[in-house]
Amino acid sequence: MNVFFDAISLLISADNDLLMIVGLSLWVSLVAVLVATLIGMPLGAATALYKFPGRKVLVVILNALMGLPPVVVGLLVYMLLSRSGPFGVLGLLFSPTAMIIAQTILVIPIIAALSRQIIDDLWVEYAEQLISLGASPTRRMMTLLWDGRFSLLTAVLAGFGRATAEVGAVMIVGGNIDHATRVMTTSITLEVSRGNLALALGLGIVLITLSLSINAAAFLVKEAAENRQV
Amino acid sequence: MIAQPILLLSLNSICFKASGKQLIKELSYQFKVGPRSIIIGPNGAGKSLLLKLCHRLLEPSQGHIQWHVEAENKSNTAFHQAMVFQRPVMLRRTVSANVEYALSLRGINKAQRRARTEEVLGLTGLNHLARFSARVLSFGEQQKLALARAWALRPKVLFLDEPTASLDPTATYEIEKVINAIHDSGTQIIMTTHDLPQAQRLADEVLFIHRGRLLESGPATTFFAGPTNQFAQAFLKGDLLMWDRPETKMLGD
Repeated sequence: MNVFFDAISLLISADNDLLMIVGLSLWVSLVAVLVATLIGMPLGAATALYKFPGRKVLVVILNALMGLPPVVVGLLVYMLLSRSGPFGVLGLLFSPTAMIIAQTILVIPIIAALSRQIIDDLWVEYAEQLISLGASPTRRMMTLLWDGRFSLLTAVLAGFGRATAEVGAVMIVGGNIDHATRVMTTSITLEVSRGNLALALGLGIVLITLSLSINAAAFLVKEAAENRQV
Repeated sequence: MIAQPILLLSLNSICFKASGKQLIKELSYQFKVGPRSIIIGPNGAGKSLLLKLCHRLLEPSQGHIQWHVEAENKSNTAFHQAMVFQRPVMLRRTVSANVEYALSLRGINKAQRRARTEEVLGLTGLNHLARFSARVLSFGEQQKLALARAWALRPKVLFLDEPTASLDPTATYEIEKVINAIHDSGTQIIMTTHDLPQAQRLADEVLFIHRGRLLESGPATTFFAGPTNQFAQAFLKGDLLMWDRPETKMLGD
């Protein structure tokens, strides 16, 4: 019970280390989700709308990649960014950028696969009308992405959940360096092994609160939109 | 000397096949500029399919469809047409944004879009709902909005696929008023229905199709006075055109 109170007092006192870890976690995950959204959503929409050779194979791959093991992604990014790797010259290994790259790779399949399903369902409803009105293929895609925006928010949230909860990949490519690449999940792992349960629990509380808050906000936005039926 | 009617659209021996089944069979017809053409027939006759073929949502398996439009516009006949479906598809935006969206696809500038939207919403009696979400409207209002959206494009031809199929008599009356107004504004109406009183109210010419075949066509007054085809006679009498009726063997099915 003391551990719990210690964790709460750490949060109340807005401990500098804790704030830095939370800030970096948010920065890395938000940037990764933003980049993954910009890539994954059009990819998912294109997979739903356009007929091209290998489309079905791509759908299966995207669905399968939703369960991509983070440590494998971490290892691949590590190999690409390490000194002997093709991008070693960039010197990105053990930096927040490397962590963003790893999380982006993990999140893209989630957003792409969920977006594909959402756009596919909407296309069934809109297809004849949009073709009848003379919408170009690009315009059709933009229309579906816009009209499906509230449902697509769920896909982005799923991606954000994956990014914030992820530990294996960021540990490998970030190295969990204090005041440099330490994020909430890697800190919790480290602090537990050190026996510093108060800080680990404090970070855990922040992580869960953050996740709940973002989901609650998205839920409220979606519900308000559905009530307006826009 | 009697003036020759101006040709609008020619269907030349069109066939449509899906899943190995011939759904439209060797259908030929020439739509002329002017009359409201109503396609009637029982459920499953191929009415909606025929409309979709005319509108190029589907391509015929055989035969061809020829538009007779002004030379300068021949490059894109799709821009002469619009279609309203049995179940209106409302985009997830406001009533006015639904109309403006359709106009934006035709490259019309914002000021003109606004003006035209206001005009058609006024003509269809939807002005007071302009800022509402299209998806909260009643089914009848949504169908009216679908008509307004199509009308805004000033099409030469408007295809209507059973636009009042799920509406009560009041809403049907409202929709028919809009259809007549669109026709009076110079847009050709080609519409399907299986509602005979409605066909009698709206039709200038009738096409009766059954099992994918055009069995009779002609001026509405002549058709409703006494069709020559026995299936058309049975349809007008209210007899069901069952798939397994002995007479259907005459169609070679």
